[in-house]
Amino acid sequence: MSENEKSFTIESYLEYIRNKKLMGSRCKECGATYVPVRKLCTECNTANMEWVEMSGKGKLAAFTSITVGTPYFVEKGYDRKNPYCFSVIELEEGPMVSGQLVGVNESEPDTIKIGTPLKATFLETDIKGETKVDLGFEPL
Amino acid sequence: MGKLARKVAMVGAGMCKFGRNFPEKRNPDMWIDAWLDAVDKTDNGIEPKDIDACYVGNYSSDLFNHQGHLGPQMANLVGLTPKPAARFEGACASSGIALRQAVLAIASGVHDVVAVAGVECMTEQPTVNVTDVLATASDSLFEYPAGATFPGLYGTLASAHFKKYGTTAEDLMRVGIKNHENGAENPYAQMQQSIKDLMDSKRAKYEKQGRDIPEWEDEFDFLKSSSNPIIAYPLRLFDCSLITDGAACIFLTAEDVARDFTDEPIWIAGTGQGSAALSLHDRDSLTSFIATREASKQAYEMAGIKPRDVQIAEVHDCFTIAEILAMEDLGFYEKGKAVDAIKEGESKLDGALPINTSGGLKSKGHPVGATGAAQAVEIFKQMRGIAERNRQVKFDVETALTHNLGGSGGTCVVTVYQK
Repeated sequence: MSENEKSFTIESYLEYIRNKKLMGSRCKECGATYVPVRKLCTECNTANMEWVEMSGKGKLAAFTSITVGTPYFVEKGYDRKNPYCFSVIELEEGPMVSGQLVGVNESEPDTIKIGTPLKATFLETDIKGETKVDLGFEPL
Repeated sequence: MGKLARKVAMVGAGMCKFGRNFPEKRNPDMWIDAWLDAVDKTDNGIEPKDIDACYVGNYSSDLFNHQGHLGPQMANLVGLTPKPAARFEGACASSGIALRQAVLAIASGVHDVVAVAGVECMTEQPTVNVTDVLATASDSLFEYPAGATFPGLYGTLASAHFKKYGTTAEDLMRVGIKNHENGAENPYAQMQQSIKDLMDSKRAKYEKQGRDIPEWEDEFDFLKSSSNPIIAYPLRLFDCSLITDGAACIFLTAEDVARDFTDEPIWIAGTGQGSAALSLHDRDSLTSFIATREASKQAYEMAGIKPRDVQIAEVHDCFTIAEILAMEDLGFYEKGKAVDAIKEGESKLDGALPINTSGGLKSKGHPVGATGAAQAVEIFKQMRGIAERNRQVKFDVETALTHNLGGSGGTCVVTVYQK
């Protein structure tokens, strides 16, 4: 199946992530870009999309360093002494996405600066014999 | 558009004592306590035969208590069977929505009198499960896999506010200190202690244990210490609201029958509701809630008032940063200016615009689905002049407001009350 035949669903988007590609949909009518993917353009109310690959580059819009994490992140090995960063990233193509921020000093969050240029990285975690791939970002 | 077809009054309001009530009190027990308290505060009394329907706000009894379908259950416990009963869900705004839907049902002419419930029993679950249940109110597809917790989402918003407006951790601490001072005056609150009281009790505990007694200079010194650990930077433990069990009850009536129950009805002058994308990354702003701006615009227009006409407000301080965002998004202060007003003491009990006289979610407690109704209880007391201990404001309240936010800002209900 070629890229532009892939349906504009969450599962297609996640499949791209599993294959370490950050893809979005672009409205052929008005040019609005959506990451994560959407089939319906809410700017012009049409459903005429095409897949576009994002460069993966962007900048840090907001973040936090979490000491009391979700069960998934506790399973990944994070805790009070080993916090992780959740972040919102503004992609250079315009849309914002959520991702774990890595390659920073999570224990010294004052050293992390909003506006820092970032690039996408695909984080692999082995849980119960299965490799999960999640979207993350790291400083350029 | 934007007008109620007939006037709606709040004629009675009450709540149970908030706290870690489970297992001594579960949802049915707390709801009956809240109902009895509201009946007691309805001047001429109110009976099941007077009431047409029961609207229940609850977030997640399914996951907290393995119990869905709360509408008929709660109605039955107070003698309302077989009248219509339904549950409304909008995360932490659940009973704000139930209240609003009751207002609309009465204004439509379908019902004359509706009992509004807010109930939530959270401590049946251990804290790690509570956090995970709350996380279902955020976007589970894209935020949750990136590690988002509720404190994490508000910490993220705080980081953006710090960057854009120069807000500081001390600004957040002032909100918590103020709300704990108010909560100390509320016998229904979960934590009836000021931050100073807490410091004293910690010192006493350390002394008893023979440990070195900490020398905190003041509240800020204490709040910056290891006694107040970071949960989700820049938010610390005392920036977060509490895990709470609680229930509240409001009686709403049509204008035609309001005076059967009281000579002093409090009118629902305006109601508004807004929504937003669940994910922060799909929002128009990381320093402002569009749902709050929308809900308040509708409520102000319906009431025919401006933000400056509001004399007291109960706002949704699930985290200290949320109170600051609310003060700005409700139009009380320009963006970035609320922290100056807080520093000047304007939001204190004796300030120009007292906010969260109840102690707020921070100190009164936050049984999520009960919070919207409990905010209305505090407004009822302040407008009637019956707030307990030393927290009654010193002026006659003609216009008041409640702001009930769901999740990380996906839902907002704003209500304006007038005498």
